[in-house]
Amino acid sequence: MSSDYDPTIVGLLCNWCTYAGADLAGTTRIKHPQNMRAIRIPCSGRVSPHFLFTSFFQGADGVFIGGCHPADCHYTNGNYYARRRFALMKSLLDFVGVEPERMALEWVSASEGDRFAEVVTKFTEGVKGLRRPSALKRDGLES
Amino acid sequence: MRKVGVFVCHCGTNIAAMVDVAKVVEESRDLPEVVFATDYQFTCSAPGQDQIKDAIREHNLDGVVVAACSPRMHEPTFRNAVAGAGLNPYLVEMANIREHDSWVATDRDEATRKAVDLVRMKVKKVAKLEPLEEIRLPVTKKALVIGGGVAGIQAALDIANTGIDVLLVEKEPSIGGHMAQYDKTFPTLDCASCILTPRMVEAAQHPRITLHTYSEVAEVSGFVGDFEVKIRMRARSIDLEKCTGCGDCLEKCPVKVPSEFDAGLADRGAVYRPFPQAVPNVPVIDREHCTYFLKDGKCGICQKICPTDAIDYSGDDEIITEKVGAIVVATGFHFFDAAKYTEYGYGAYPDVISWLQYERLTNASGPTGGKLKRLSDGKEPETIVFIHCVGSRDPSKGFPYCSRICCMATAKHAVIARSKLPNAQIFSFYIDIRAAGKGYEEFVRRAIENEDVQFIKGRPARVLSKNGKLIVRSENAFTGRPMEVDADLVVLTNGAQAQDDAPELALILGIGYDQYGFYTELHPKLRPVETNRAGIFLAGMCQGPKDIPESVSQASAAAAKALQILSKGELAREPQVAEVNAMRCTGCMDCREVCFYTAIEEDEFMRRKVAKVNPGVCQGCGACVAHCPDGALEMKIFNDEQIHAEITGLFAVPSAGAAGGGGAARE
Repeated sequence: MSSDYDPTIVGLLCNWCTYAGADLAGTTRIKHPQNMRAIRIPCSGRVSPHFLFTSFFQGADGVFIGGCHPADCHYTNGNYYARRRFALMKSLLDFVGVEPERMALEWVSASEGDRFAEVVTKFTEGVKGLRRPSALKRDGLES
Repeated sequence: MRKVGVFVCHCGTNIAAMVDVAKVVEESRDLPEVVFATDYQFTCSAPGQDQIKDAIREHNLDGVVVAACSPRMHEPTFRNAVAGAGLNPYLVEMANIREHDSWVATDRDEATRKAVDLVRMKVKKVAKLEPLEEIRLPVTKKALVIGGGVAGIQAALDIANTGIDVLLVEKEPSIGGHMAQYDKTFPTLDCASCILTPRMVEAAQHPRITLHTYSEVAEVSGFVGDFEVKIRMRARSIDLEKCTGCGDCLEKCPVKVPSEFDAGLADRGAVYRPFPQAVPNVPVIDREHCTYFLKDGKCGICQKICPTDAIDYSGDDEIITEKVGAIVVATGFHFFDAAKYTEYGYGAYPDVISWLQYERLTNASGPTGGKLKRLSDGKEPETIVFIHCVGSRDPSKGFPYCSRICCMATAKHAVIARSKLPNAQIFSFYIDIRAAGKGYEEFVRRAIENEDVQFIKGRPARVLSKNGKLIVRSENAFTGRPMEVDADLVVLTNGAQAQDDAPELALILGIGYDQYGFYTELHPKLRPVETNRAGIFLAGMCQGPKDIPESVSQASAAAAKALQILSKGELAREPQVAEVNAMRCTGCMDCREVCFYTAIEEDEFMRRKVAKVNPGVCQGCGACVAHCPDGALEMKIFNDEQIHAEITGLFAVPSAGAAGGGGAARE
């Protein structure tokens, strides 16, 4: 594919930190790439592996998970579960051909609007750099 | 199929300038679930809400998508609005096309495409929503106030005066906080103790207030309306009941430790009370310095002379557990360490002193009886220099923020100096004068015009010691030249900073804090005393620098917020909880391992073990739902089906020409 590859990214953002950080990026008008569509979830620990598989099978080019910084989780330790699960999901998806650049788990607090824009920009650029859709979409698995 | 209405908000031009609102409406009409779609200038306004209510009635909507700002902003607004039209409030969703779209996008087409996607995702989610009922829980009618400074005392009194019990926890041996150390208060020059100590006594004697001094909050569990708090009461070593406060033990203690209350200007014993008007007026034994504890039972003088046999060396720290319904945090601040500015010589030159030392030096109950003199030779200073912004507005060595109270405090200090030393030369070096407050500017003018204080705009570079004088070298922004003052006394107005243990307490409380350690309010404009954890409120300096009237106002506001909870018999909360499908559950109980709230219990279903969620304890994080290997756990809000609907909805772009449903009803 050519460089006009315009990826679609699913965002799974915890309500307390990263979703609020994304709100703050908006309130403070910090412009950043608009490839991500954010879904609000209560906690990054809520992210079931299914959400990633569904996203990639449906045709997502990337999945971005946002949670609270370690030790800052609204629910105390949900982000730690997210971190462990994410490590497993990432290696499994890598195994089936989805590049690691297509997945990220980032910590963004409610006061870090600038950081939100920064990590989303970095992630989006990384996905764009792959220049073509993920293997799960290319292989015609999308229904 | 669900009949969904879509309401796209312009938010004035906030959304409409970057998003083609008409196109979002148009495209949403192509979705089969959507039977009605429209746009409006301000959907959150009364006419905007009426538009939703009318459409619900007219088109029999059983699902609503509002495409507007963040749900963190207006979800409650629209839940109320749909409820007003008889629709279950949990059948509304917001597509965030402002914070997540129009405000951060640079291209109108791209922003419009994104808004169309976000609306479609929410329509698909709404199709999977279920009507829900609020969960009602009983409220423990008792409050915890953490911190016994002027803010904590005010909050405690305000709550207690409505007839509700309050626990006031203070980590120092006495309540009173920093205000008890001050000499006078700006701009009225009221004597600080004269206005504070009656309040301290009132709090201590209030039948509804239980005071725990020399105590700290060790653990907080539970949730709004029903917190369980563990309080560590440090061993005081003196029986609060037996002690009469006679003070004999204070006289005889052989240990000398610099007094924290007197900012190191005087000594205290190992057995001490911070100040004579301490509340409670019962000393404590500081075990880190007491000879009895350091040298294995040697000494024991205080025990021998105590006329009421109140001294008890054997007691240990004690942990008590209390139930409360709401918590007010008023843990205050501490002063910036002036020694970090080595160029000013604090700590090296005895006549360079800090704000607090100056307060104690001028205070009639201070170590010099209020006589303003040099610490080096006891002489009255003929020239005094005050330096503002030590640690404030200085990202290199201190903090970038303005400590807000120092300009006024310095003006006060200068006026006090003038009243004590009519012939002294007084200089005050500042960056800017910030005197916004009732009577504040007038007070600064008084210092300049009536009290002959020379305010010089300039930040001193150095303080040197030469022939018994302190040479203050500074720029002078008025003349554009450097200048020097030969001073006898230099007072550094060191700014305010968050308590060192503020992050630690934040973790115990589960509340947020900023990069400086100040606790974060829920909304900077509209919810200034609430925290991210329901039922926990903020008052005073722990939330950011503020002066006494602001701290007291915020304390009353926090008390009012706490009373909104405590005055009710029960509390309604969102049904955002997990639920077990007993048919699917195999009873492995793995879910219990990941539940921080211990909300999962064992239950029996068809004569086998299954898990069960206690909805009163569950906080709705969803960790167990993602963890369950059998898919037996589900959430009532944010359930798997709904999240999957949002994901698949993103990619379910209607093919061109495909007509949606309910064509006739569309406008």
